[in-house]
Amino acid sequence: MRVPLSWLKDYVDINLPVEEVDRLLTNAGLEVKSIDTIGLPGAELEWEADKVVLGQILKVEQHPNADRLVLATVEYGAEETEIVVTGAPNLFQYIGEGDLTDRQLYSAYALEGATLYDGHSEELKKAKLKGRSLRGVYNRSMLCSEKELGISDEHEGIIIIEKDENSPDYQAGTPLVELFGDVVLEIDIIPNIARCSSMVGVAREYAALTGQPVRYPSYDVLMEGPDANARVKVRTEDPELNPRFAALIIDGIERKPSPYWMQHRLRLAGQRPIGVVVDISNYVMLEMGQPNHTFDYDFLRRRADQYAPEGPIEIITRLPHEGETLVTLDGVTHKLQPHNILVTDPISNLSVGGVMGGADSEIKPETTSVLLEAAAWNFINIRKTATQLGIHTEAAFRFSRGVHPSQALLGAKRAAELLRRLAGGTVAQGIIDSYPLVPAAEPITLNATYVRRLSGLDLSTEEIATLLGRLEFDVQTADSEHLLVTAPDHRLDIEGAHDLVEEVCRMYGYGRIPSTALSDNLPPQRGNLALEQEERIKDILVQAGVQETIGVRLTSRAVEALMLPKGSAQDAEPKRYVTITNPNSPDRVVMRQTLMAGLLEATASNSRFQERIALFEVGPVFLVQEEQQLPNEQMRLALVMTGQRDLSSWQDGKAGLMDFFDLKGVLERLFSILHVDVSYEAAEHPSFRPGRTARVRVGKNVLGYMGELHPTVVEAYGIRTEPKQGVMAADFDLNGIISRIPALFPFKPIYHYPAVREDLALVVSADTAATEVEAVIKHVGGFLLQSVQLFDLYEGGQIAAGQKSLAYHLVFQSPSKTLTDSDVRRQRERILKQLEKQIGARLRE
Amino acid sequence: MLAQLNELHAQSIERLNQSTATAELEAWYKETLGRKGSIYLLTRQVGGLSPEERPAFGKQINIVKNELQAAYDSRLAELKGSELQAQMKSSAIDVTLPGRPQPKGGLHIISQTMRDIYRIFGDMGFQIFRSPEVETDAYNFELLNFPPHHPAREMQDTFYTSDEDVILRTHTSPGQIRAMRAYYPEPVRVILPGMVYRNEQVNARSHLQFTQVEGLAVGEDISMADLKGTLTDFARRMFGAGRETRFRASYFPFTEPSAEMDVTCFVCEAKGCQLCKYTGWLEILGCGMVHPMVLRNGGYDPEKYTGFAFGLGPERITMLKYGITDIRHFWENDLRFLQQF
Ligand SMILES: [Zn+2]
Repeated sequence: MRVPLSWLKDYVDINLPVEEVDRLLTNAGLEVKSIDTIGLPGAELEWEADKVVLGQILKVEQHPNADRLVLATVEYGAEETEIVVTGAPNLFQYIGEGDLTDRQLYSAYALEGATLYDGHSEELKKAKLKGRSLRGVYNRSMLCSEKELGISDEHEGIIIIEKDENSPDYQAGTPLVELFGDVVLEIDIIPNIARCSSMVGVAREYAALTGQPVRYPSYDVLMEGPDANARVKVRTEDPELNPRFAALIIDGIERKPSPYWMQHRLRLAGQRPIGVVVDISNYVMLEMGQPNHTFDYDFLRRRADQYAPEGPIEIITRLPHEGETLVTLDGVTHKLQPHNILVTDPISNLSVGGVMGGADSEIKPETTSVLLEAAAWNFINIRKTATQLGIHTEAAFRFSRGVHPSQALLGAKRAAELLRRLAGGTVAQGIIDSYPLVPAAEPITLNATYVRRLSGLDLSTEEIATLLGRLEFDVQTADSEHLLVTAPDHRLDIEGAHDLVEEVCRMYGYGRIPSTALSDNLPPQRGNLALEQEERIKDILVQAGVQETIGVRLTSRAVEALMLPKGSAQDAEPKRYVTITNPNSPDRVVMRQTLMAGLLEATASNSRFQERIALFEVGPVFLVQEEQQLPNEQMRLALVMTGQRDLSSWQDGKAGLMDFFDLKGVLERLFSILHVDVSYEAAEHPSFRPGRTARVRVGKNVLGYMGELHPTVVEAYGIRTEPKQGVMAADFDLNGIISRIPALFPFKPIYHYPAVREDLALVVSADTAATEVEAVIKHVGGFLLQSVQLFDLYEGGQIAAGQKSLAYHLVFQSPSKTLTDSDVRRQRERILKQLEKQIGARLRE
Repeated sequence: MLAQLNELHAQSIERLNQSTATAELEAWYKETLGRKGSIYLLTRQVGGLSPEERPAFGKQINIVKNELQAAYDSRLAELKGSELQAQMKSSAIDVTLPGRPQPKGGLHIISQTMRDIYRIFGDMGFQIFRSPEVETDAYNFELLNFPPHHPAREMQDTFYTSDEDVILRTHTSPGQIRAMRAYYPEPVRVILPGMVYRNEQVNARSHLQFTQVEGLAVGEDISMADLKGTLTDFARRMFGAGRETRFRASYFPFTEPSAEMDVTCFVCEAKGCQLCKYTGWLEILGCGMVHPMVLRNGGYDPEKYTGFAFGLGPERITMLKYGITDIRHFWENDLRFLQQF
């Protein structure tokens, strides 16, 4: 909400510098989002005191040589008056009116050399005022619009102030900055300070924070003429939804613009002036927070002639009939929902209560009598209605956050009195006031110990009472430790003692609360083993040169379906997803069920810039569970690797493209550090390339799959690849891995007896798995065999077709003695014998 | 003979000094001190001397031998040194050439920020508790004192799912209830990290997912002063020892009193800059004393227990620290972004 300090000062004295005002309000929860300075030092456009002054318009004549220009004679405190040549359209009305001195018309007057904004420029462009001849008349000064002064974007005409009973004693020549220099605070209205959606609301907080009283506006209204209650009757059918409906009748109003001071304030507060009736309605709402609405009284009366020719107009607030519609002020026809509370007469509806008026009953240019409504509405109901109808008026904003019914009468009276004074109306005697549900003010018992315990402040019961009293709380002392506190009407946010503690803290100042270290008992320290292991896994992968990613967890079925080539068995199975019913993009509709799809999208986008890509993600997928409300948020680990094995350098040639074994190397490193004993076996998976896919298991439990992705999948995700470049991927159940990390594992002793290395070159049939060979060697080698390492794989050449050669380094070592040649030979022969027997291996010649 | 020896000595020294390469030196050695070198040949002639002359000659020949050996050793060291010098000089490299690039892995920057947060709060006894991202309306809203249609719900644009009671959590706060229910009646000191979701357009300033870290402390004697002390300690460890904090009143349905914590701007040292919008302060987190209704919903009697809670955004902290201006970078997984951290 925009709060001009000049307006705020009507209700409270402000003597502190603006920065201090900002600090006080912001710290108390009225966050000042921005500060606009107008005219004053520090403003974008400073008004020079000797060059921008108040001028009085004494006479307006037609320019002798130009139809669209006038000559205005201006008194500005100097000895001589000055003639200003201007095209301001709102001066033409005074041509031929002769001497205007007694009309007391004032404007903003700028002398030669003054810096102003260019009124004709779209953006704010400063220009220095220079004298020049305009159609034969020399002009060196200017009457200004609000835009030219940086007050608002108003540039329809110049500022024209007609002095009236509300105006201060204007003196031509007074520096304008003294009169209209201003500061506008933009205050963020969060839900619990809805009470501050008005100038009085902000003034009340400022007054409490600075220990001052509030100067409330006068709610007196001069009423005369016939009894309003004989002319209009109000019935509220649902007091819960419409606890109060107050109304006054104002006759004989004149339709004209509102006075300059009101327009000026409305514009500073961000509202566009329309005409005196609407402006007063808005002004009162901004001033004291009660929205109000004016109906065309004559329209209502004409309708009443149909249902009660002799009787009063009947206003009924009620819920809609089935199928009822309403056309709002903006011309939109709304289908009403059962909860929309309406203001109606016996013939049809008139407005959506608290949200927006109807088109039929709105005031028209010829309207002279109005029915002024100020009501109270249930805030939740208004919120639902405003949201459902998509209408977000200032009134709906305030009502949907809560306005106390006591405000209705005050707002109605304030608006009626302004209509009387500024629009020449007559307020009919008596207030029509249907108030079926008066909210009870329940006192809250406040324990001073609780205040001290929660705030950490050492405050006496009296100090607490004083702090609350500043905010107009009614505070009674129950006993030395207890207060009975009743919130003022405007405080709808106070529900219990905890809310009062916040008020005490705000008034005391959050900044003055001490800072202490927690001294309460420390809970048992249990750690979070799953997270710790997850972090460790991430570290190992990072050290292996893989980059962690975090993907968007909202995705689409289509993107995940690309993982399964058309026609694969899984492709046919429909998947149940956690599905968003109000998505804001077709690409973000379901919660992911795989990490792979996101990783492959990232791979695709990176493939345009990177020669080597190695990515992993650790995170949940969301698997719908039968009979369970919430999905299983299964943690998974996925990796993708593709591109050059080594980054290109000036030195060596490229070492080639990463393949299956680069990925497997990373996984072996991971599982070896974790001491998880996994095995790999050839497998099939629709996402992976046949013949280059492995299932990774611990015992019988499958942890996941790894391998080269199916070329169709690679293409589907749009990953750019070179010829023969495969994309490697792995996808694991993270908890499957973590649950198998041993808490402890035994240390392997290091023996000091010499080790003997033996090389073993074998020929086996080409389809023999390397793990089988290794398993036999290890099994037979027993405790003397320290390690087995494949160092060569060879096919073709001297090796017969359908066979391959595997060469191993075997290291033998005894824990207890130096091995002799015959010891080693014996082991070697036993191994060879078993290899031959079990898998038909023979020694390579 | 002796004269012959002396002459040989003098000649050999001269030749030694003239040699300029180790190869020449090796040849000299072979000719002079080698198995069939000139000294040896001279030794063989000892038989031609009288027995009286022999000891003196033998002694002299040993002296000459030792002197030549010493001269050789020192000449060899000298030549080797200069040859090494020359070789090193000729094999000098351009040390400004780039190194052999090593593939670089890295933790996502948000994981790094998370770890900083874990570590700092871990030192204060806060343990990590994780809770679901797909939540019920009850945990996300109602148990946290957001009644249906409450204005505060409007502050959080929610993603709804096909089950009307199931939503994507809009904050990590539902973890407060879950942690309290898991730990009751023990005191609670947890942080609740994780991904949250808001139905917002994706642009430089907002995203439909972001991370949060919630904190919760519940005990028998926890006050607003403890809240200020704990979070000020956090701010100083996260942003630097000299940082000041400011707490201002705010609103969250699940805390009362509620506050926002600002930290003095670490870019301009609170003098005012673009980052802090010339206020000298950076908004870092929201916090407050746990609302009695929330304590009750967690199983803790608000007459007996009090507590504080706070919530902070790792992306915001990261953006402030590194001057990142577009939140979309975090989940785009562009290596050109990720590998900078
Ligand atoms: Zn700064």
